[in-house]
Amino acid sequence: MDYQFLWRPVFQSLPDMLDAAWITLEVSILSMLAGTFLGLFLYFFRTSALWPVRFFAGVWIELARNTPALFQLFFFKFGLGAFGIFIESYFVVFIALAFNTAGYMAENFKGGFNAVPPTQLRAARSLGMTFFQTQLYIIVPQVMRIIYHPMTNQFIWVILMSSLGMLVGLRELTGETQFLSSKTFRTFEFFAATAVIYYIIAKIALGLMSFIGWRLFKGPQ
Amino acid sequence: MATSVEVFSNLQASDLLFLGEAALKTLEIAIVAISIGTIFGTIFGWLLNAGNLAVRLVVNGFLDVFRSVPLIIQLILFDSFIAIAGFPLPAFWSGTIILSIYTSALVAQVALSGIEAVPLTTRRASRSLGMTYWQDMRYIVWPIGLRAVLPAWVGVALSVLKDSALVSVIGYTELLKASQILITRTAETFTVLAVAGLFYFALSYPISKASSYIEKRWQQ
Repeated sequence: MDYQFLWRPVFQSLPDMLDAAWITLEVSILSMLAGTFLGLFLYFFRTSALWPVRFFAGVWIELARNTPALFQLFFFKFGLGAFGIFIESYFVVFIALAFNTAGYMAENFKGGFNAVPPTQLRAARSLGMTFFQTQLYIIVPQVMRIIYHPMTNQFIWVILMSSLGMLVGLRELTGETQFLSSKTFRTFEFFAATAVIYYIIAKIALGLMSFIGWRLFKGPQ
Repeated sequence: MATSVEVFSNLQASDLLFLGEAALKTLEIAIVAISIGTIFGTIFGWLLNAGNLAVRLVVNGFLDVFRSVPLIIQLILFDSFIAIAGFPLPAFWSGTIILSIYTSALVAQVALSGIEAVPLTTRRASRSLGMTYWQDMRYIVWPIGLRAVLPAWVGVALSVLKDSALVSVIGYTELLKASQILITRTAETFTVLAVAGLFYFALSYPISKASSYIEKRWQQ
């Protein structure tokens, strides 16, 4: 092995990489939030009485869950380009990850809402609560508790998958690494450093989600 | 097409065949990686259950890396590392190796929760009936645990099938890469991507439906 590892260019570019890591974090958090809200709507659409609404939600959920995230990314980037719709890379990543997350979160919400016994809804209503009070104080808190763990997994997944931004030209952490490594040809060193940064980000995100969960639900899951 | 410059050629029927073959390549790398990954993942899962503290920490720490670093980074890192080390592999094999380790990291968790799904009292009962540790594993833990986690395993397998699209990054011409090649030649972006998406859907959707059907039947 006559390869000389050269780490100096990596250390010199570390500030740029950390800046790019913020973009990764930002786009991940935004897509996760949007995806969760959309997922909730999709779940309600899926249980709607109107079949076109049900059908729309069904198509979205199945497409999101049964095609690769990279395919979805390419579709929003290049596929829509065929219709003259050109979206900036940042929004492509945001839209694709939100689209994907919505599909998975809709399934999570389904599991969560199904796990709350319907008798509770009737009990709350007969105590004089309105429909929205029942949802807000009785149903949703329990659903949140049930889906919090899968939601955490989804969030970590979104952070990791935002790395695909590199392939549509977004200079988030992976894209930036690709750019920097192409200047110096130190591919291994740069991507090793990026791997470490991702690992740390994933661990911090996991710790933060556990902490928030612990505060929200008073005690460990 | 008289006005356009003859850079792009139109889509032909043979292009569909090209995409179909690429879909088979996706299926091929996914099946190999899922098989190897499942075998190792089950062993890792068993180690996480039966190993002592040191073994559990080491195995979990090792697998955790593969669950916490984007797959695309793992692929690029491994590909550049074997090039540095002087053992360049064909893209299929470097892709298979990383996908297999990635799969085994996910399957290990599934296998662990499968073993843990069997109540300890059930296992004690089988042992006090005179079963050996491996008999208990084979005839008690395996059938009960398998039922508990088969849907989760199918989920892992499907996500690996889809994640195999990332192997295109290190130069393996699977379905998504093939669609990009076609797009470069024909500039029919939407059509080609839609067909590629349909292929993925056709591979993934029946399996996911079958899985939820089996899950429902087992719950009855």
